[in-house]
Amino acid sequence: MATLYIDNTPYPADPAQNVLQNVLALGLDLEYFCWHPALGAVGACRQCAVKAFKDENDTRGKIVMACMTPAADGTRISILHPDAKAFRASVIEGLMLNHPHDCPVCDEGGECHLQDMTLMSGHLARRYRFRKRTFRNQYLGPLLKHEMNRCIQCYRCVRFYQDYAGGRDLHAFHLRNTVYFGREQDGVLDNEFSGNLDEVCPTGVFKDATYGRHYVRKWDLETAPSVCVHCGLGCNISPGERYGTLRRNINRYNPEVNGYFLCDRGRYGYEHANSPARIREPLLRREGKTLPISKKEAVRHLGELLRNGRVIGIGSPRASLEANFALRTAVGPDRFFAGMADMQYRLLSVILDILRNGPARTPSLAEIERADAVFILGEDVTNVTPRMALSLRQSARQSARAAAAKLKIPLWNEIAVRDATHGQPSSPFFIAAPAATRLDEVATETYRAAPDELARLGHAVAHAIDPNASAVRDLSPPLGALAERIARALSGAERPLVVSGMSLHNEAVLHAAANIAWALCREGKKTGLAFAIPESNAVGLGLMGGRPLGEAFQAVGHHEVETVLLLENDLTRRADDATVNAFLDAVPHLVTLDLLHHPTSTRSELVLPVGSYAEATGTLVSGEGRAQRLFKVFIPKGEIQESWRWLRDGMAEAGRKEMEGWRGLDDVIAAMARAIPALAPAGNAAPSAAFRIAGQKLPRESFRFSGRTAIWADESVHEPKPPEDPDSPFAFSMEGYGGLRPASLTPLPWAPGWNSNQQANIKLQTKVGESGPGAHLGLRLIEPPEGKAPPYFGEVPARFMPRADRWLLIPRYHLFGSEELSRYAPTMMELAPAPTLALSPDDAKRLRVGEDDEMEVELEGRTDTLLIRIDTSLPAGLASVSAGMPPFVGVALPAWSRLRPAAGGRMLRMVS
Amino acid sequence: MLSILRTMWDVFLHVFKRPVTIPYPEQKAVLSPRYRGRIILSRDPDGGERCVACYLCAVACPVDCIALQATQDETGRRYPEFFRINFSRCIFCGYCEEACPTYAIQLIPEFEMGEYDRQNMVYEKEDLLIAGEGKYHGYNYWKVAGAAIGGKDKGEAERESPPVDLHSLLP
Amino acid sequence: MILRTLIFIVGLLFITLTLAGWLTWVERRLLAVWQDRLGPNRVGPFGTLQALADAIKLFTKEDWVPPFADKSVFVIAPAIILIAVLMSFVIVPFAPGLLLANLNIGLLFFLAMSSLSVYSIVLGGWASNSKYALLGGLRAAAQMITYEVFLGLSVMGPVLLAGSFRLTDIVEAQQELWFVVPQFLGFVLFLIAGVAETRRLPFDLPEAETELAAGFHTEYSGMKFGMFFIGEYLGMILLSAMITTLYLGGWHGPFLPPIVWFLLKSSFFLVLFILLRASLPRPRLDQLMSFGWKVLLPLALANLLATGAVVLMRGG
Repeated sequence: MATLYIDNTPYPADPAQNVLQNVLALGLDLEYFCWHPALGAVGACRQCAVKAFKDENDTRGKIVMACMTPAADGTRISILHPDAKAFRASVIEGLMLNHPHDCPVCDEGGECHLQDMTLMSGHLARRYRFRKRTFRNQYLGPLLKHEMNRCIQCYRCVRFYQDYAGGRDLHAFHLRNTVYFGREQDGVLDNEFSGNLDEVCPTGVFKDATYGRHYVRKWDLETAPSVCVHCGLGCNISPGERYGTLRRNINRYNPEVNGYFLCDRGRYGYEHANSPARIREPLLRREGKTLPISKKEAVRHLGELLRNGRVIGIGSPRASLEANFALRTAVGPDRFFAGMADMQYRLLSVILDILRNGPARTPSLAEIERADAVFILGEDVTNVTPRMALSLRQSARQSARAAAAKLKIPLWNEIAVRDATHGQPSSPFFIAAPAATRLDEVATETYRAAPDELARLGHAVAHAIDPNASAVRDLSPPLGALAERIARALSGAERPLVVSGMSLHNEAVLHAAANIAWALCREGKKTGLAFAIPESNAVGLGLMGGRPLGEAFQAVGHHEVETVLLLENDLTRRADDATVNAFLDAVPHLVTLDLLHHPTSTRSELVLPVGSYAEATGTLVSGEGRAQRLFKVFIPKGEIQESWRWLRDGMAEAGRKEMEGWRGLDDVIAAMARAIPALAPAGNAAPSAAFRIAGQKLPRESFRFSGRTAIWADESVHEPKPPEDPDSPFAFSMEGYGGLRPASLTPLPWAPGWNSNQQANIKLQTKVGESGPGAHLGLRLIEPPEGKAPPYFGEVPARFMPRADRWLLIPRYHLFGSEELSRYAPTMMELAPAPTLALSPDDAKRLRVGEDDEMEVELEGRTDTLLIRIDTSLPAGLASVSAGMPPFVGVALPAWSRLRPAAGGRMLRMVS
Repeated sequence: MLSILRTMWDVFLHVFKRPVTIPYPEQKAVLSPRYRGRIILSRDPDGGERCVACYLCAVACPVDCIALQATQDETGRRYPEFFRINFSRCIFCGYCEEACPTYAIQLIPEFEMGEYDRQNMVYEKEDLLIAGEGKYHGYNYWKVAGAAIGGKDKGEAERESPPVDLHSLLP
Repeated sequence: MILRTLIFIVGLLFITLTLAGWLTWVERRLLAVWQDRLGPNRVGPFGTLQALADAIKLFTKEDWVPPFADKSVFVIAPAIILIAVLMSFVIVPFAPGLLLANLNIGLLFFLAMSSLSVYSIVLGGWASNSKYALLGGLRAAAQMITYEVFLGLSVMGPVLLAGSFRLTDIVEAQQELWFVVPQFLGFVLFLIAGVAETRRLPFDLPEAETELAAGFHTEYSGMKFGMFFIGEYLGMILLSAMITTLYLGGWHGPFLPPIVWFLLKSSFFLVLFILLRASLPRPRLDQLMSFGWKVLLPLALANLLATGAVVLMRGG
């Protein structure tokens, strides 16, 4: 701990950080623009000027940039020195010369770092009376709105986009005071993290375009801490609601999970909660007609079905632990089915087995960033769990950082680190996948082959690290050499990381990944083993247990079942159409609890509307095994309530006692802890409903929240009482503790003088990068056990042999369009690609087809027509189809299929 | 003691003063233009809506009686989709007018707004929007803003140079 | 004879009560005049029927007894003040022969009745069972005890001079010289004590709306409040009449009929009461008490002593 003298007052400081970071962590105010805790310091904007003195006798001092000054012991600076203040005031005046008079129509207004800094430096009136420079804007796609006039040239956007996220299509153009940040020409920004530009930009150059369409100011949003549901990573977010519709998601800082950044699917996926396909009132089908009914009738009907008995329940990997547990309680553990496709279910069981019994630990995203050697085995991380790809990308820089540290360059000094390590190879980073992935550009080596071949490579690597692991027979020499190289790199690292996942639907790949990680563990390495889990609570559901879905399908066939309760699940995504149709035909009574209409809900006898992620409080377990609570943001219109409340009401109606006394979420959690000890810690993942700060609840609305007495005045001039929330310590009003609190309890970061999300967030941290005392960062439910490691997985798959007349169809995930809920987000669907069949150039030549031709795919008795995409990276004998999109929804892959060029397909298209 | 008597005498002398009371409604008061009465939304000199739905009036309102929703036309011009003032809550403090960056919301010297039914005191945009400029003449926010809207491209606002030609490298 | 008395009683009741009600309007108009306003001028010609409108309003208001109050005492309290003040009018000599009971202890009767009226305030404040009302009641008790003492002492001057407690005798004794001249100090003392006795500004500490909400009658509404209200104005009228009787020669005066003189003199004091309210601020309770005990009481005693001495010297 060093001593930093600020205006002659000694403060404890972290010598490993720069002065600016220390000043902010001490709670002091100092203006800055270009510095960002995740992007480091480059000293570009000259805004954080302070006066530095040699010693206490130095009265002249000199002006330095706080962000470029190390906080060495005894450093003396002055923030308030008139010279420093004048310098900063002149810098901001210069930056503001050309800034347009846009604040009233700018979406950044009210959470604008530039506004904050301008006020903080006291620049209140413009003296510049000449012409302002202007720019033309670009079309950057449906996600971001571009307004270049507002730019102050801090370079944060390109530093994030190019240097941090690896984007290639956003640059700084032109010269002098006309530097332009944009693309070469209009077009959709290509990077999957482009949405973060909104938060990274200190002013309103890049703004969330979906938010702009239904814009309200930051302070008017009702918010609560929440967790993203669009993949299994559990990134922390703050959704905002106004007038009953969800308006946006912003990043919520969690140093162990997502840090400062979100992926575009998570940021823009919120639109599904506003979808016209939302179920808003209970529906009952009587005599072939489906009509809305009252809540009371719905509960009566549900109660009747529950009383009749012979009920089974199908849970959901996207419903909260509490919802799944309520269903499990209602039907009994033996009649609870997990609600995942059988293949998925098996893969998840394998993963949980590996993580719960093996010595390798699941790393948090922050730990992934620190990994110094990475092997991705059979997973397209960017498209399945995008935010993990951003962390992996940072890990590739570990070698450069290590080299810089060796040169005694402080790691915060981003510009120096980059200059000193320019051209240095990245950390060992190997990707083995069937086709090219977005991370290939940071990879040291890639290997593309069929899933079974990938598994063989994995086993070979494990064997190369630890000869006790099963050997791979007839390994080709080049593959063997590659395995050697990977093994050497991994064992040479301090914090190696193996990443795999279930998107290839291949068990052998998982076994191989586990073998590698375990082999490394045996070498004494702190090895991370990360699995990309595509659904938000799949791990939670796996920990809860339940029977595979296939058994439910069989059970109905045997007339043991009268009623099926389907929880937040669309069966057509879990099994093929024939199976689902046969099941639905055989079920006498189907009750669906869901938020959106889907093919299964429309065939239900009773449909009960449940809350979206922003309308229900519940706990999700991320792929890391981290239990995190998402809190209800607002109470939606209509008869929507949490799934567990519907089930509780139905059970009470049926006269059953199992859910007696379930008044709030805490009662459900307590019951869950009693029934399933493995999930007992999940209750401590977040504060309970009784939690108070200074005896007060926490407000969901900011203290500036406006329109309280006018919002509903068109309906009735008599204002309704704010609703009670029995499930959380948050109040549906402005009332409650208004003081500063950790980011995990602050859905809308704010500190006096600091209004922009990321910058205010830094003010809430006691030390930059730490979330402060009392933070709830989620609770890990899975830790590797002590003691003897389990034996290696044995069976190594045989070599993959392409077939002459058939192709192995494998799923290919898309960032937009593959995940279930985000398919209901219209803006995202604009960007979703059309479902295609990808073929290797050789195979295409063999089939005499080209790009955009149509191809008939024959699979298990059905034939679908798809457009062709030629994928030069795909090995011959494989064909990949868009996963999660029609027509391959619910179809069990991989599978061998026949391909046939569609007759006259091209002609037809030309005519139409 | 004497001061008490003098006070009483001074007060008594007010018998000979003329009352200042104006017997409303027979006689109407002359209100200054800056009197804080009914709230209106004005239009700019071109007849377009001045309000750009920036929400500053709503947040300035101490009784939170203003609610609105921003939207924009196809050219990017912001305007309120709805604009509601609950006059049964309004205290006519004028903070909304103070906060307004475009002179759109104004308090005018008119106060006869009594209603028998409170619900009738909820004014929507069509009740608030007037045809003219109100108290402040000649101001058009869009003429000074940097954002482009229909009829005003980039670089066409007051004191703006034409957009930078990114393909030129001339100094 | 009984019929005549009855008619007189009914007439007196009607006139005094009407007058008290009307006085509320007069007060508001006068206050308005002194404050450069117009005052109530809407109901009837010049607003003269304002009192009637107020009465209708008071009668139609919800007759509410707070659930935490002592019910019976709460109801009785406002009646006491009205009864006590109205009883006092029995001994007021309006004009020769125009009085109800020419008691030989008339003045003592007046003192007794005015002492009774304070019970109304104290009981009302107590029975309300609320902090403001209780504080108002306590202040009333303290204030009454203080000012009653020299109210009694100051009227002993005229009694000594006239040699009788009978009010007609006192009026007759002022045929030549109004007692205000020899008894000027006594007159001032009686005036101050009288204002305190009626709890009018500047001595309205039991009510003190700026500090105690409405003091002793905070919890009262409707006609029960109305009785306190009317009681206060009746007290004003009574006190003006008593000052006229005791110090300003009662009905004596040239040219005009006696009753007119009496009414004129009384009216002067009514206006004076209102002027006091219009011009003077309210003292603090401790200032009020120390003024009463330390200044007025010694003065009253000295006045009595001097008067007695003079009477003794002249008579002896």
